Amino acid sequence: MISVNNVSFRYAGTPSNVLTNVNLQIKDGDFVAIMGENGAGKTTLVKMFNGLLQPREGNVCVDGVNTREKSVAQLSRDVGLIFQNPDHQLFAETVSEELSFSLRNFGFDEEVIKRRVTNISTALDLDKYVESSPFILSGGERKRVALAAILVWDPKHIVMDEPTIGQDYLQKDRLRNFIVQLISQGKTVVIVTHDVEFVAECKPRIVLLSKGTIIADNSASKILTNNEIVTRASLVRPQIAELIHQLPISEKPSDIIDAYGARDFLVSRLRGIHPNTKKICG
Amino acid sequence: MPAISTRDLTFTYAGANAPSMESVSLSVEKGEFVILTGPSGCGKTTFCRCLNGLIPNFYSGELRGDIFVDEVNVSEKSTAELSRHIGFVFQNPENQLFSLSVERDVAFGLENLGVPEEEALARVKWAMKSTGIENLRNKAPYELSGGQQQRAAIAGVLAMKPNIIVLDEPTSFLDPKSAEDIIGVIAQLNREYRITTILVEHRLDIVSRYANRVIIMDQGKVVLDGAPSEVYGDKARLIGIGLPKVTTLFQMLRREGFPLYTNPITVEQASGELSKVLQK
Repeated sequence: MISVNNVSFRYAGTPSNVLTNVNLQIKDGDFVAIMGENGAGKTTLVKMFNGLLQPREGNVCVDGVNTREKSVAQLSRDVGLIFQNPDHQLFAETVSEELSFSLRNFGFDEEVIKRRVTNISTALDLDKYVESSPFILSGGERKRVALAAILVWDPKHIVMDEPTIGQDYLQKDRLRNFIVQLISQGKTVVIVTHDVEFVAECKPRIVLLSKGTIIADNSASKILTNNEIVTRASLVRPQIAELIHQLPISEKPSDIIDAYGARDFLVSRLRGIHPNTKKICG
Repeated sequence: MPAISTRDLTFTYAGANAPSMESVSLSVEKGEFVILTGPSGCGKTTFCRCLNGLIPNFYSGELRGDIFVDEVNVSEKSTAELSRHIGFVFQNPENQLFSLSVERDVAFGLENLGVPEEEALARVKWAMKSTGIENLRNKAPYELSGGQQQRAAIAGVLAMKPNIIVLDEPTSFLDPKSAEDIIGVIAQLNREYRITTILVEHRLDIVSRYANRVIIMDQGKVVLDGAPSEVYGDKARLIGIGLPKVTTLFQMLRREGFPLYTNPITVEQASGELSKVLQK
């Protein structure tokens, strides 16, 4: 459980708050997307989950313990934070060394290290690069190395800052499946993202930040179909939500945000109008 | 003469076993707005690096084939000389901005080229106006939002008055509203000044409406090339291209047997087509 209680924060030497009176409870096994405009305070907020930043007012507790009472190193064992820019995180000469570094620090056996590195490399489609330098890989590939380097030590809570940047559609699909797998293992997954289309497909709980305060906290289908609130946070509605909104028909559902939902709704409507259509196989 | 012309362009990075880009022969006409997309590692960034000579000048390896940009044979010019013809905007504007004020940043390239002061000032003013950042002239880049920084980076490139601009995922760090604004600025520059635009993007939902052409690369080769509505079909989907969601929806509805014969790119097109079949 990650618990954010009445948290306010401003960076030293700056006049105004980046976060103001933020309250948030994230239960074990939750999947949460923190969204909002550039500069809304999203990254600042998640940096408090592993103690990289401490609130000026209020407190953050992870599994019941105030983050002030533990070091960042101790907290990181439970809260894996993957940075937005992989180059802020990567340093080793090969992907394999990058992935084993933390495990060696945590004192795992070489046998366990080898097995874990193999498993995570396969899961994130990095197996062909294990002996390459992370720095010759593409931006999207480096991003996956950074993710693997944290996931390899199996933290209980996983926080990913903009995980879909530079990822193509197949990689995003793989990431989505991987997140589902993590949640089904009871892990907490928090993503910070601008990617409304990715969120529309994953359908997490959304915490919407704007100018340092939480302006909404609800399901993806409730938030991403609410134009007023989406606009306040500099987001746009997903294409499918926008399409359903624009269709000049009555009695439309208000919670459709992805192509599958739209297909099911439209097929039922269209079958009434075009009763003789037959599904094309193949 | 086309704005960009390549013949059998092949490049293998030093130390790599296989080419990252193979036999790419392309011609892009002046004023085109081209989206270049494809799965991670498909060779699109490698292709862009060849356009301004970063390959082979800064990335070593074996380059074969011919490449002409703005009627200039790229192999005969330095990257600095090529910057008069072709401008680059990167994913992260922080990599491009380093001066103490936005105005100084926008002027930096011009000073290096030795453009006379009066002309340089006029170009800086024009570039900042065209990208909507005149009011930020005295701000430091680190005081700006991500969207403002990317506008400043584009202004710096624009001030060089290149005939061609290449943008490598310029909106990926931006929130959707700022991303739409930036793409709008780029599209406007393309229309008003006929700047040939090559936009490397995965977010086809946002950008497709502005492009007259989409080039899809896969495993180092060009595999699809045409208007967005022609290219966004089953083949693109199977390669793993994230098609606009309205295009995907229409593919699904066609498989259900409904008479939807176009490939919409925008919500407006999709809504128009669906309205017709919903009323029959």
